[in-house]
Amino acid sequence: MLIPLSHYLVVSALLLVIGIFGIFMNRKNVIIIMMSIELILLAANLNFVAFSGALHDMVGQVFTMFVLTVAAAESAIGLAILVIYFRNRGSIEVEDVTLMKG
Amino acid sequence: MTDFYPLLPALFLGIGGMGLLLAGLAKANATQPVTLSAITLLIAAAFLTVTAPDAVLFGGLLKTSLFTRYADTLIYLGAIAALILSLDYNKREGIARFEYPILVLFAVLGMIVMISAADMMSLYIGFELQSLALYICAALARDSVRSTEAGLKYFVLGALASGLLLYGISLVYGFAGTTNFAALGGVFRQGAGLGTVVGVVFVLIGLAFKISAAPFHMWAPDVYEGAPSSVTALFATAPKTAALALFLSVMAGPFAHLTGQWEMLIQILAVLSMIIGALAAIGQSNIKRLLAYSSVGHMGYALMGLVTGTVAGIQASLIYIAIYVVMSAGAFACVIAMRRNGQAVERISDLAGLAGEHPGFAFAFAVFMWSMAGIPPLGGFFAKLVVFYTAFNAGYDALTIIGIITSVIGAFYYLRVIKVMYFDKGRPQFDKTSAGAGFVMAVGAFAVIVFVAVPGPLMAVAGAAAKALMG
Repeated sequence: MLIPLSHYLVVSALLLVIGIFGIFMNRKNVIIIMMSIELILLAANLNFVAFSGALHDMVGQVFTMFVLTVAAAESAIGLAILVIYFRNRGSIEVEDVTLMKG
Repeated sequence: MTDFYPLLPALFLGIGGMGLLLAGLAKANATQPVTLSAITLLIAAAFLTVTAPDAVLFGGLLKTSLFTRYADTLIYLGAIAALILSLDYNKREGIARFEYPILVLFAVLGMIVMISAADMMSLYIGFELQSLALYICAALARDSVRSTEAGLKYFVLGALASGLLLYGISLVYGFAGTTNFAALGGVFRQGAGLGTVVGVVFVLIGLAFKISAAPFHMWAPDVYEGAPSSVTALFATAPKTAALALFLSVMAGPFAHLTGQWEMLIQILAVLSMIIGALAAIGQSNIKRLLAYSSVGHMGYALMGLVTGTVAGIQASLIYIAIYVVMSAGAFACVIAMRRNGQAVERISDLAGLAGEHPGFAFAFAVFMWSMAGIPPLGGFFAKLVVFYTAFNAGYDALTIIGIITSVIGAFYYLRVIKVMYFDKGRPQFDKTSAGAGFVMAVGAFAVIVFVAVPGPLMAVAGAAAKALMG
């Protein structure tokens, strides 16, 4: 049985919303923010692949390959910044990232 | 061979950056020579860019025109100024790492790729290359809590922005069936469905984050304040120009036929940016934070040109951004020169009595503040005048009036800086200004003052660039 396009779009929209909420509602841990960012990128990837299948067009899948590469680089850099931040601050709680305000 | 000529600047920067990376590893204390080589590379790339012809490269992935050359040149200018400022500042702050100029080169490479993009794919790759390099730059002072916090905040909100942009691109791709700008333009000529409009809005939000237009500006003050001043000088010039140019090229390119859908949103962004830029800066005591809010306001004025959606409007935005780059490079040169006993000081009150002790420095700073406030006959006044004039002519009366009111309110905090420098009692006892900062200050002040005498060339080039963009 073929799964219709709309199902994919709903799932990816849900992933996007979960990702955005994960960034803004989470008060605990910066790592969770990194995971939420990955979720957002995966939501876009899912869209690309689903559309690529529905349109019979390879561009979406090629795009996904690029996005996967970029996402890997992005999380490497994010974790590196998080490590030096932890070294200076001794905590990665979101509530502590408030040295500058106003 | 001639086909690849427009690509030479990008190749130059990419290969040069990797060569410098090897050279920096091979040699101890390589920061000074690597920075100077990077500046030379940028100057060479600027010459190559200016002389390059129009072309479509890689089967329609990249497209160069007068518009991209105009924006690229401004980016090179901003990056060169930031690197000159970093030479001395990074050494004095103990963050003189040779990786910094190389990261700047890669960031510039990303910017010129994304501006030249004629396909969503190359746009995204360039966008990410520039963002990833800049996240690292923000956290350059890795032993400072403030700098790493700035890096973390910039990373989280920047990654969110690119995620939203990407999601928008995926929807646009799905509902239009292509990622090529020219093909998208053709599809949207027939109008667009709900899915596409949602996608366009996501793309717009992603780009608005990058130019820090309100209400997506919340990262800017923290990142500007926390990052080392030499890096902030970069953030305020090159990436801002690049993001605004990308904004123009996307909105006036593939989405040009959807004006009805995005015009209202850009108006909201512009109005909110102008209001927040004017009001939030009033209470600031930190000069870098003040300049951050001021840049939010400037982005609002620059977006006003885009709202009209005409060649004249794009021309006004391009003129605005050119003058903004010069003003903000100069203003940050002044911020970088604020040092006492080998420590950087950033409070506005630290400037008290500057005019008595360093008249030249105080005058240059005053020129930039006056210009940003939009006081004639300085460059910033003409930038605002052109923008207001085109918006008013296109029938956006309310928008123009809001712009004028916010620029009057904004003048308050610029003039307060001047008041502190010239009329408050104090002894700043600043260290000797470095040659690099003095040079950027002098060139910037000269350009801002002289612009009134020769506005023609910039206006003409910006006009031709706008025409090249609108086709």
